[in-house]
Amino acid sequence: MRKVLIMIACLMVPTLGWGAAGGYTFPNDKIEIDWNDKAAMQRGARTFVNYCMSCHSAEYSRYNRVGADLGIPDDVVLDNLVFTTDLKGDKTKVGELMKITMSTAYAEEAFGIAPPDLSLIARSRGVNWLYNYLRGFYIDDSREGLGVNNGVFANVGMPHVLAELQGLQIPKYRSEADGHGGEHEILVGFEIIKPGSMSKSEYDNTIHDLVAFLDYLAEPYKQTRKNVGTGVIIFLFVFLILAYMLKKEYWKDVH
Amino acid sequence: MSSDDADNNRRRFLTAATVVVGAVGTAAVAVPFLGSWSPSARARTAGAPVQADISKLEPGQQIIVKWRGKPVWVVRRDKAALATLPKVEDQLRDPESKDSVQPEYATNEYRSRKPEYLIIVGICTHLGCSPTYQREITADFQGGFFCPCHGSKFDFAGRVYQGVPAPLNLVVPPHYYVSDGVIRIGEDGVA
Amino acid sequence: MSENNNNSNGLLGWIDARFPLTKMFEEHLSKYYAPKNFNFWYFFGSLALLVLVIQIVTGIFLTMHYKPNGDLAFSSVEYIMRDVDWGWLIRYLHSTGSSAFFIVVYLHMFRALIYGSYQKPRELIWLFGMFIFLALMAEAFMGYLLPWGQMSYWGAQVIISLFGAVPVVGDDLTLWIRGDFVVSDATLNRFFALHVVAVPIVLLMLVVMHIIALHEVGSNNPDGVEIKKNKDANGIPLDGIPFHPYYSVKDLVGVVVFLILFSVVVFFMPEMGGYFLEHANFVPANQFKTPEHIAPVWYFTPFYAILRAIPDKLLGVIAMFSAIIFLFLLPWIDRGKVKSVRYRSTTFKWLLVMLVVSFLGLGYLGALPVSPIRTTFSQIFSVGYFGFFVLLWWISKNEVTKPVPERVQ
Repeated sequence: MRKVLIMIACLMVPTLGWGAAGGYTFPNDKIEIDWNDKAAMQRGARTFVNYCMSCHSAEYSRYNRVGADLGIPDDVVLDNLVFTTDLKGDKTKVGELMKITMSTAYAEEAFGIAPPDLSLIARSRGVNWLYNYLRGFYIDDSREGLGVNNGVFANVGMPHVLAELQGLQIPKYRSEADGHGGEHEILVGFEIIKPGSMSKSEYDNTIHDLVAFLDYLAEPYKQTRKNVGTGVIIFLFVFLILAYMLKKEYWKDVH
Repeated sequence: MSSDDADNNRRRFLTAATVVVGAVGTAAVAVPFLGSWSPSARARTAGAPVQADISKLEPGQQIIVKWRGKPVWVVRRDKAALATLPKVEDQLRDPESKDSVQPEYATNEYRSRKPEYLIIVGICTHLGCSPTYQREITADFQGGFFCPCHGSKFDFAGRVYQGVPAPLNLVVPPHYYVSDGVIRIGEDGVA
Repeated sequence: MSENNNNSNGLLGWIDARFPLTKMFEEHLSKYYAPKNFNFWYFFGSLALLVLVIQIVTGIFLTMHYKPNGDLAFSSVEYIMRDVDWGWLIRYLHSTGSSAFFIVVYLHMFRALIYGSYQKPRELIWLFGMFIFLALMAEAFMGYLLPWGQMSYWGAQVIISLFGAVPVVGDDLTLWIRGDFVVSDATLNRFFALHVVAVPIVLLMLVVMHIIALHEVGSNNPDGVEIKKNKDANGIPLDGIPFHPYYSVKDLVGVVVFLILFSVVVFFMPEMGGYFLEHANFVPANQFKTPEHIAPVWYFTPFYAILRAIPDKLLGVIAMFSAIIFLFLLPWIDRGKVKSVRYRSTTFKWLLVMLVVSFLGLGYLGALPVSPIRTTFSQIFSVGYFGFFVLLWWISKNEVTKPVPERVQ
């Protein structure tokens, strides 16, 4: 039986080389999110609410939950993160969902496609993709009305909302053999030609913080989940020792 | 002790220990399931305190504010209305609000923080209909609230009369004055 | 019997006079004699029962907050995850449970393959089990539509459209299944009713019948020896031990080990790299935008790979269903008399290897987008999969086996 299983394992090894190869995008850096760094997530929340929430809702998230999880008191949340009112003109309450005022119909007409809700974007796209996407905008005059394109999400309908921070950059290409006998150009870098208010490292940090916030937004209960899990597994190990001793004791009877 | 006895004792102990720890585990598992029945964040938000602007209220006027799905009346009582309160006390079932439901700062003759404003839940303590506001003071009735469903009567402080089906005074919700012209219903606040 | 309510014997006696409680306890637990040589492969039956209970309990609690409406479904799931106290845990238990169910069931079926548990007199147990497997696949497929994410929607669209391959009635059939011209709210609502009520009832009935059929004949064991052939003076199999307390206590250990592994996933990696909770499903269903890559959930990928390996739509569907039908027919395909792999021929062992390698290879390829080389390998593995049944039928008639012992080893 063991030999059979070993044979199966050996025969499976060659198949491991068939994983999918992704398309080429740039930039393609990786980041680490430190969930203990609440300050970074607070800065990210500020960026999100000030730059992204004009068009992108976070409609599964509540303001007071963000405040409680990131250590921001309710009144500070109301003053700094809540910019909408209800239909009567009263300020949105701190326990409300983070919705926006732009209607889907208007958004589709203005942008061609409604800007998606971002509550779960970090789980559908991943933090690395987001980090690279938000730093990957470059000048492209062929794009009518937008003037920019993106090295990670080609022909995206989103303008470079953070241009005032990053500045504007032009793409740099390199020629490469395309596997069919010809050559094609691949994106390998950017050059800032119109600086924004931040240096490259400042902008990268800002985006890192924003992505950290989006990572939190996608699964706010992640730390609770891990903490409860640790307790559960410790309990189960204790129970396992007892159950095993009980089993051994009864099975003394069996020969 | 024979080895059989020792085995049996060990068996009994191990079984008991496993059962006890298992029971603890099972109780722990019940917690999230039972907990999921608690009011969710959505319910807690919908049940959150509401603010009402009372700066434009005329004497004798009543406004209705929705809180936790219930109608809360804010009535600006004029002098005539306030004068009726001591006069009807001997006709009331619970004039000192001993059995009725109100915060301690409303356990007084006016059943409110400030005599001028009455803040009260507009649901009859009999079977839950919403009484009507009777601002006129007549010979038959000294004014207040009248419930059309079964005829219960309440005075200008929401106190129930004797001889009507409703058992208690109308409920006063927790509330406080954010400023002179703004009240917050649903929270006791500072003052 | 006394009616003294303080004495539990009295209470038990009162019940026994009206309901066969003690009789059932003895017949199915304390005097049900199972072979004493059960090994690792014999944990998976009780684990399958455990996962069924987990799915039903967590499923009921999810239904308390979920909204089976096309406009509300996706947000109701996020409501459960964020706003309902402990909702995230109930959801992760249910999503992990559904993958755990298939892991456990596949291993449970594999046990039957290696020890010949489907052979006479246990063919009916095997058939009930295969019906459970079918019901489980239907349950999982319908449950997957409920979150109403991109993968839910488009996965359902693709699989339902397979029914369009049926000649003559295909298009009407798919229209009838969907209740609309595309997968829509109508489809969602009916799948909800089936997933929450109808199929669980069917599953529970089949599980009861599966266990009754098992207890009628008695369990097989790793040596494939029939323990009822050697009984003592009291009619108790010499190699048998009462299920309770010996296997209740042993299965408890199995349960705890399983729960540890299960908890590691639930609490530390519930997405499992996108295999248990797929990344595309965190995007609400959009009728007008197909995801780049539609793949079924991992436990369906072997059959999906067989489907895609055949270039013709109808033949692909037939091949995919045949893969299951051959499993149904296994007790009659295997003409051998020796049950356990321990005493069967080397050829049979190689056939098992071929089956497992093919099944795993198909599963791996079924999750990936098509390419010419992957299609070729899917075809090779499909031949390997079906080849198991064909070759088993051929070699089992005159198989050269080792002598099977009289008693359990």
